[in-house]
Amino acid sequence: MAQGLSKRIKSLQFAFLSPDEIRRMSAVKIITADTYDDDGYPIEMGLMDLHLGVIEPNLRCRTCGGRVNECPGHFGIIELAMPVIHVGYAKEIKRLLQSTCRACGRILPGAPPSRGEAPDSDDAAPAPRTREPKEERACPFCHEVQHRITLDKPTTFREDSHKITPKEVRARLERIPDEDVSALGLAPRFGRPEWMVLTVLPVPPVQVRPSITLESGERSEDDLTHKLVDVLRINQRLRENRDMGAPQLVVEDLWELLQYHVTTYFDNQTSGIPPARHRSGRPLKTLAQRLKGKDGRFRSNLSGKRVNFSARTVISPDPLLSINEVGVPVEIARGLTVPLEVTAHNQEVAKELVKRGPSPPAAEDGTYRCGVNYLVREDGQRIKVMEKNADACAELVTPGSIVERQLIDGDIVLFNRQPSLHRMSMMAHFVRILPHKTFRFNLCDCPPYNADFDGDEMNLHVLQSQEARAEAKVLMKVEEHILSPRYGGPIIGMLHDHITAAFLLTYQNPTFTQPEVTYLLSKLPYPIPPPAGKDKDGAPFWTGKQLFSLTLPKDLTLEFRSNIWARCDCPPLGCKHDAYVVIENGVLKAGAIDKKAIAYEKGAILDAIARTDGMGRARQFLDEMSRLAITAIALKGLSTGIDDEDVPEGARREIAGALGAARIKVNELVELYRKGELEQMPGRSLDETLEVMVRRELGQARDTAGDLAGRYLGLENPAVILARSGARGSMLNLTQMAGAVGQQSVRGERLLRGYVGRTLPHYERGDLGADARGFVSSSYKGGLSPTEYFFHSMGGRESLVDTAVRTSRSGYMQRRLINALEDLKVAEDGTVRNTAGTVIEYRYGEDGIDPTRSFQGQPVPIDEVVAQVLGRRIHSSDTRRPDGTGGAPPVTEEEMDLQAEAQLEEEAEEEEAEEVGAPEEGPEFGGE
Amino acid sequence: MIVPDPPKAAPREALARIQELAQKETGAPLPPALAGELKERLQGLRLPPGDAAKIVREVAARFQRAEVDPHESVGILAAQSIGEPGTQMTLRTFHYAGVAEMNVTLGLPRLIELVDARRVPSTPMMTVHVERKLRADRDEVQKIALQIEVTTIPDVASIGTVVEELKVVVAPQAALLEARGVKRSELEAALGENLDPRLFEVRSGSGGGETRSFEVRLKESPAGATKTKKEELVEEMPFKKLLLASEAAKGIRIKGVSGIRRALIRKEKDEYVIYTEGSNLEGVLEIAGVDGARTTTNSIFEIYRVYGVEAARAALIHEANRTLAEQGLGVDIRHLMLVADVMTNEGDIRAIGRHGISGKKTSVLARAAFEITAAHLLRAAITGEVDELKGVAENIIVGQPITLGTGAVNLVYRPLAAAAEPAKEGA
Repeated sequence: MAQGLSKRIKSLQFAFLSPDEIRRMSAVKIITADTYDDDGYPIEMGLMDLHLGVIEPNLRCRTCGGRVNECPGHFGIIELAMPVIHVGYAKEIKRLLQSTCRACGRILPGAPPSRGEAPDSDDAAPAPRTREPKEERACPFCHEVQHRITLDKPTTFREDSHKITPKEVRARLERIPDEDVSALGLAPRFGRPEWMVLTVLPVPPVQVRPSITLESGERSEDDLTHKLVDVLRINQRLRENRDMGAPQLVVEDLWELLQYHVTTYFDNQTSGIPPARHRSGRPLKTLAQRLKGKDGRFRSNLSGKRVNFSARTVISPDPLLSINEVGVPVEIARGLTVPLEVTAHNQEVAKELVKRGPSPPAAEDGTYRCGVNYLVREDGQRIKVMEKNADACAELVTPGSIVERQLIDGDIVLFNRQPSLHRMSMMAHFVRILPHKTFRFNLCDCPPYNADFDGDEMNLHVLQSQEARAEAKVLMKVEEHILSPRYGGPIIGMLHDHITAAFLLTYQNPTFTQPEVTYLLSKLPYPIPPPAGKDKDGAPFWTGKQLFSLTLPKDLTLEFRSNIWARCDCPPLGCKHDAYVVIENGVLKAGAIDKKAIAYEKGAILDAIARTDGMGRARQFLDEMSRLAITAIALKGLSTGIDDEDVPEGARREIAGALGAARIKVNELVELYRKGELEQMPGRSLDETLEVMVRRELGQARDTAGDLAGRYLGLENPAVILARSGARGSMLNLTQMAGAVGQQSVRGERLLRGYVGRTLPHYERGDLGADARGFVSSSYKGGLSPTEYFFHSMGGRESLVDTAVRTSRSGYMQRRLINALEDLKVAEDGTVRNTAGTVIEYRYGEDGIDPTRSFQGQPVPIDEVVAQVLGRRIHSSDTRRPDGTGGAPPVTEEEMDLQAEAQLEEEAEEEEAEEVGAPEEGPEFGGE
Repeated sequence: MIVPDPPKAAPREALARIQELAQKETGAPLPPALAGELKERLQGLRLPPGDAAKIVREVAARFQRAEVDPHESVGILAAQSIGEPGTQMTLRTFHYAGVAEMNVTLGLPRLIELVDARRVPSTPMMTVHVERKLRADRDEVQKIALQIEVTTIPDVASIGTVVEELKVVVAPQAALLEARGVKRSELEAALGENLDPRLFEVRSGSGGGETRSFEVRLKESPAGATKTKKEELVEEMPFKKLLLASEAAKGIRIKGVSGIRRALIRKEKDEYVIYTEGSNLEGVLEIAGVDGARTTTNSIFEIYRVYGVEAARAALIHEANRTLAEQGLGVDIRHLMLVADVMTNEGDIRAIGRHGISGKKTSVLARAAFEITAAHLLRAAITGEVDELKGVAENIIVGQPITLGTGAVNLVYRPLAAAAEPAKEGA
């Protein structure tokens, strides 16, 4: 580590182990097919020989003399009585045998190409056919006539249906000269082909296959050990029989058995042979199984690693924390440490810390004080600091030692929620030690983590090095991720109650009295501004817009239409509906603040602040806004209940009338269809035409019902405030509650399945009417009839199934995308290259612009610059493009319905999916 | 589509002037698209030259500030930006905007299909534009649509088998003939061409005019000809042969481009556009009256075959972008470009996954970590492969910093003197 330089592995060379090398690296020859003797002591030259390493305390390794954690383990060796084929190379051996002369080992003309190198047959002449030779051919070197070689999977070779023994195979491979080996695509420098036929078998160290002692005191051996026992036993019998000169048949049988055991030792899922099983019938997990698949060594232990200095607990919200902070429970803070390198300058401080021990009492004002868990002395020895030895430990603190102190306020940590789908799933927060047992954070951080508080758990990691902390601070802090690289807009922003609160605070500019303002600003670092005016009693009052403006940067000038805008065309400053937001030099002149202004993914104000005033200012805005919002909503109050969806009796009758009319219309259509008088749509069958028309009719009916109900749902209705301001829910949700739910569908069609020719036995066969095919004319408020309820569940189930399928499918797609693209980076010359140095793009994204820093995908917002230079106002909503490409395809009304419906389902799913998803992650992280 | 139209041939001076200013400000010209847009805006505003220059300089400065950092892991960024919204997509197929009559795969399945580089999309579809002089005329467009759409015999005629007389009767229906714009002679030609004249003979049957039917009869085998066993068998049971004829007649294409099952026309602004179910770009482009420049398909491979790999790349980006935008998910186009560029980098279209890009990675460890672990490791030993540990997955596996971002650079810190203490830490 001299001067911050560390060694780096430059490359890895893959090669064969030669039999000689295997012998050389082996510490002991294993001959006994047994592990421990009756006293539980490892048998010499057995599979647990002490030369192989130790896994029990109090024993020393016979090879290196190390104890349990010192000895790395050593290989042993089994000398096989007869050679056997390595299963993984059977195909390769076959290719070699086919390509070389059976007598002299020279390469034959027209040999099949190596599997590895794809024949570059694109433009060149068609590659010579590599068909197995039909006629016998002769070797051009020794004129030996060649025979046809086949492979009986997995490991038996035949030459014109005569078996070739592994011994013979090995002999043939030995005859292939090095230059021919190279020509066949192998690398003789790193392994001769005959090494693919095994004569010795390396025995892995015991650390690789530890035996476990059960509670009953019984020893249970690892699967690999079991397999090695089998190999040894048969190997022994084979040797004895061979040496005794047993009949050829017996020897061959044993030889085959040995081959079987060695094969399954390598891969117990070889096709064509039964897997070796444990006594209980469970197939053994042998070498290949250890590496393969999701739980294999590669994906489970090498690509992903377990770490220390981490914690996991349930999360809960705290609007008073900054978005950059995370509340950490005292209990967890005591268990997580930060290494403090002691120098001459901080020696005294460090000593004091150590003296406190691992659980110092709280300070006098009740605040948490950090303690010390470990002390690493200069010589590298690690001492656990306890109450008892704290003072003694303090004496050991010298410059150069390391004190592992507990978390304190202001430490930087990484915070993460699975599934980690994008980089915003893991961000750096500053610690705030808090009482109670949950992690807490500002609600604005929910969208990037996709977190809610219905039992979600999150992970926290404490950084251990100065470099890591520096990087986290610069690159990973939450405020650095306010703008998403996905679309160049804010992903962190206000949601739910914040939006409602901001709306209540600014819509139609309400006024507040002195006590109210005092309360509203109680959580903000601003003095009460001069009042906006005095009422008729002479009491001063302040306006909501005035208070909101406090949180804005003083140079912000912006103009846009808010979410509540309902296509009115009032002038910007005099909009009757307060739907046009005008901000001039940090003062909200007009308009209601809602989703369009401050919400995540949308927030125009947020976007503008983040890009012009910087991330720090945006963070400040969010912090202050969430504080203002919670006081505002506490003051104004907002509750919604089932009676918010009440509509007058008259309206209900009107709705029923409209639905009735639609039903009649549908019946007429069906009648026309029956008579064959329905006019067929171009390119559609008669059935399809009817479906389309009926669906259109019923869709209109639902909308009419919604409109009728909607007339009674004005902006004084809390539920409508939620929907219109964009805080939660949509008008469609409300009209479904108050008006009619509408058509249920499965696979995008009216309900169809269930019974023969009908959905339920309540209807006639072949009834094509509205009710029989899943039209729900009731409202959620009014209640569904039993059949409607059933139909509704049919639609609901589909969306559940959909979600389940979707998560796995999109997960796999993302894994593949990541794997294919992970190595790409922007090189220093601005090109995008992969690890091989191939240029993928000459300029990233054709313009070299970082999407995060782009303006909704545009490199530079020209209009904004023009306005800035000329000192004019910005019309943000006019310049903004919806998808970063300009002009989304026009949306038809029908589509809008579908989208709204999809969104509806989406929201319902979210809740459910959470519950289903949570336990999956649970136990794995429950441990240490 | 993706590539913005080249700026119209307007005074080159303005552009040159903009680039000159930008060059002075940041040392590099602006990308042509941005410069073009800027020029248009400025010309629309009619500003005094001082203000215009100011604007150009500010744009150039902002452009420079928005550039990507070297060593940025743009690949991972792209993969995450496309993968993350995947969880929010629908699995269903929706109607294509406006054409209620047609279903097109959209959402997650479509995205997966694109990334997989499937040869044939699950719902192939074309958008066919018609040449300028014809496009506003509904009848002309309809005529072209009929030429594109495959018309088979059952579409215009009823086919009946009369076993007693050993004949198949093909009776054209007047209404259908007219609707499909098919003449009786065309039908006759199609029958003649597609039925083996050695086995069948086509005669005119009853009726008159356009709807006069055809009778397909079995031909006597020429006497003395050697017969195969099969032929003998057929001879014994002539009705089998008749069935064969009737089946064959059902599949005979009278006209249209093969692969196109349906063609619908729809008014879009001031022109009629043909939408087709099924896709055959090569075939459709050969139809007279089709505007080749604006006609397109959602089959990436057809575009690749007809126009080459650059067009395929553009099509990939376009399709992916359309799929995402349709779901209301904003994904920056640069991410899609990167995916498309990776897929088309070698000159053909390669899938994202085991059989495509991931299988061709240089690193043994990275391949082993992705899929089919054992095979990759075994193979590596045979050929004596070397893993250079340049990529991300390999370095994670061996436990050292990755080569992207801050891991791509090395800093050496040499304290000037021993007295210079390292910075104080923590507490």
